[in-house]
Amino acid sequence: MDAVKTAAIYLRVNGEDVEETVPVRRNLVDFLRADLGLTGSHVGCEHGVCGACTILVDGAIVRGCLMLAVQADGCEIETIEGADATGRIAELQTAFHRRNALQCGFCTPAMLLTAAMLLEANPAPTRDEIREHLSGNFCRCTGYQSIVDAVADVAKAAE
Amino acid sequence: MTFRAPIGSSLPRDRAKRLLAGRGRYVDDIVLPRMLHLAFVRSPYPHALIEAIDVAQAAAMPGVVRIITAVDLDSVVASWRGTHNLFPDMKVPVQTALATDVARWQGEAVVAVAANSRAEAEDATEQITIDWKELPAVSEAVAALGPAAPLLHEAFDDNQAFAAEVSHGDTETAFADAACVIERQFRFNRHTGVSLEPRGLIADYDPSSKQLTVYQSHQTPHQQQDLYARLLGIPEQNVRVICDDVGGAFGLKHHLYPDELAACAIAKVLGRPVKYVADRLESFLSDIHCRDHTVKARMAFNEDGQILAMALDDLFHAGAYSQYPRSSVAEGNQIIRVSGIPYRHAHYRAATRMAYLNKSVLGHIRSVGHPIACAVTEQLVDLGARELGMDPVAMRQRNYLRDADFPVTSAGGIALENLSFHRCLDRALERIDVDAFRAEQTALREAGVYRGIGFATFVDLTSIGPEYYGEGGQHISAQETCLLRLEASGGIRCYVGTTDQGQGIDSGIQQVVAGVIGVSVDDVKVNSGDSELCPVGGGSWGSRGAALGGEAALRAGRELRGNILNIAGVLLQKAPGLLDIRDGEIVDLESGSKHMTLDEVAAVGHFKPYIIPDDITADLTVTARYASRGRLFLPANGLHVAVIEVDPDTGLISFHRYLVVHDCGRLLNPMLVAEQVRGGVVQGIGGALYEEFVYDKGGALCNGTMTDYLVPMAAEMPDIEVEHLETSTETSELGAKGAGEAGTTGTFGAILNALNDALTPFDVTLSETPATPSRILQALGKL
Repeated sequence: MDAVKTAAIYLRVNGEDVEETVPVRRNLVDFLRADLGLTGSHVGCEHGVCGACTILVDGAIVRGCLMLAVQADGCEIETIEGADATGRIAELQTAFHRRNALQCGFCTPAMLLTAAMLLEANPAPTRDEIREHLSGNFCRCTGYQSIVDAVADVAKAAE
Repeated sequence: MTFRAPIGSSLPRDRAKRLLAGRGRYVDDIVLPRMLHLAFVRSPYPHALIEAIDVAQAAAMPGVVRIITAVDLDSVVASWRGTHNLFPDMKVPVQTALATDVARWQGEAVVAVAANSRAEAEDATEQITIDWKELPAVSEAVAALGPAAPLLHEAFDDNQAFAAEVSHGDTETAFADAACVIERQFRFNRHTGVSLEPRGLIADYDPSSKQLTVYQSHQTPHQQQDLYARLLGIPEQNVRVICDDVGGAFGLKHHLYPDELAACAIAKVLGRPVKYVADRLESFLSDIHCRDHTVKARMAFNEDGQILAMALDDLFHAGAYSQYPRSSVAEGNQIIRVSGIPYRHAHYRAATRMAYLNKSVLGHIRSVGHPIACAVTEQLVDLGARELGMDPVAMRQRNYLRDADFPVTSAGGIALENLSFHRCLDRALERIDVDAFRAEQTALREAGVYRGIGFATFVDLTSIGPEYYGEGGQHISAQETCLLRLEASGGIRCYVGTTDQGQGIDSGIQQVVAGVIGVSVDDVKVNSGDSELCPVGGGSWGSRGAALGGEAALRAGRELRGNILNIAGVLLQKAPGLLDIRDGEIVDLESGSKHMTLDEVAAVGHFKPYIIPDDITADLTVTARYASRGRLFLPANGLHVAVIEVDPDTGLISFHRYLVVHDCGRLLNPMLVAEQVRGGVVQGIGGALYEEFVYDKGGALCNGTMTDYLVPMAAEMPDIEVEHLETSTETSELGAKGAGEAGTTGTFGAILNALNDALTPFDVTLSETPATPSRILQALGKL
């Protein structure tokens, strides 16, 4: 069998320049986790369904398992580590903590990034709109209500 | 003793902050030096002979370090049998880490590849050739027990693994004399736990010190330590199992899995760390499954609506083997013990049979057997009420066990103590105006809108006692021990044998310790999930943490508090009994006036022990244990009420209300218990409406992705109202009963009852889960 093909990529991850040579078949979330040690993005289904690997690519919500690392060449990536460090999602983190809007925490980084995206686009969503927006992120622990509560709390505080 | 804050306070969890920052430490986040990655070749057939395995081409693939088949592990790891000594008649086959000559379910691991990366390991699995000879497979329990069924295990004459019956009173006479008999056949299809983080582990064996360290996504580190030590022949004191952050478990992570044991054995062979994390298809194929029961049940009533008798026959299957180390009997056994349990009938007979067939092993997933027992019972109650022209609420009020009936032993043989059926129903009726609902229901039907209300009363057998697995012959601890260590600064370290996969038991224990001693929660750090550092305990399963771990924490807290006050008494020249600890300060018990701070006492205890007379107990590291005696379970109870709307044209169901009234005794943290209930309800809604493994005629799985296997997502789920009563158990001082499964227990019953109530005008009754749109449309004759 031929050796696995690789390619050099240049991108910005959480505000830092990154230059790496990666196997062309490696998906973006595996690259972030294995090559950069950014283990806050999780792998749940590798099928684009569970949402646990959600990250931001050039400001858009992306499934890290459905994009190859080489496709992120030249892109600006933000993961939970970056969002946590800048304080951008601090209010959501506080509200999630207060409401116990997480149990095992495996879906949580993706849930936070997805919720932040909603509030950016729609600062005063209804509960139904929150549920609809989060409906691509599987949580097996909470039953979702406390997550909806937490997002609604942040929206209300912003009014 | 009085229980003071923070016991009973709705405090947020310490661990959550780290998880919110993306700083969780799940197994797949850990990288060890020289670590290899495993991928497995799994059987593509439900039943097949392995005639030859050719690994030559795969062994030459880039990055491949070793390819391992069953023969390579023969001398490394022992086989096992999933027995239970309380059920000595159960037929139990031998199971091995990798399949030897026969694969008995689709997904059974046959060959392992260890390589430098998971991708390279997977590449190599594709180059392994196995000569299979497909055997006839059996994929339904009825067929498995038929006369012409292919045998799963040649050691036995047939595929019937286990049968049991309980009987009380004269059931047949009661049925013969009854004014009304309701009889139904129920079907509960197969699903699983679907933790978002799949199963996984890193096994790290150091041959120079004969030390095995396993980082594992698991609920029971001490159980795994025992199993790895015995099956791999390693002294137990050299085995350490660390379960740090676990991304959901729900019962599917408290078993021994063949592939995980194989990973440990391969680490021992190679002397290098190996990581194995299941992918989603592997999870669906090889995780423990649950349900898959067919139940024929009857209930007898007199003309006044009094329940006279209940009888049922349950048929289920273990899959290809009996799970280890608990055995697979529990789901059927719980159904025959728990059915009918809230009611005052005198006559009861229930039987279960378990078969072996070619599917993944059936085991213990959140609320073992209970949702089935509850749904069967509660549907029969509703149908009886309908037949007799009674209101379902009045029917329950007529028949519930009453407060004055306790203690009582149920017809199924379960000792019941201090349950609150009537009070739970009263609380529900305060929240839901049933008369108003009925009026609205009638009016809406005129407009072609079909709503229904369903009640499901449940009993939850929580916090199993040591007699069950002790007498069963399994090394499964039902005893909990808490170790507390007072630091010189006054901070407290706490080590427990319970584990926390997000349910928050670490916080509950933290609150017990803080409340009993008299310090803030911030002064108590709880450590769990490490079989080397933590005292031996059972981990988390079966709704046990608060009742068992909480009681051990209470005892340890009281002991440390006593020792602190002993030292303070010496320093203050006062009787310790006249002192108290409040907010980390030693105060006068009566006046509350402050004497000194805890850190001053601690510093003396650690660094100036010569001040303390020898006859004063002044240990600053203490342990205390708790094990219940003479009770198999700690029953808790509650009521689910679902209000749903069904569209008779599409078969789609939407929720209008969902209420749970739950009584699990003293609440350590009401918010966390309510959140456990909510999560449990939604998991139960999954089983009631969406989740089902679908197999083709040959027994091959058709829906092994999350696209095809449906789980509850945010958009369809309701807000869930949770009310708590606190009827404490008298069997412990703390009074807590288990809570983790109650949310799931009542869902099947409440939803089926609400659905059938909604469909009353169509004169159809559904008795199958999941109640999918197609099943609803079939019942309505539209498909």
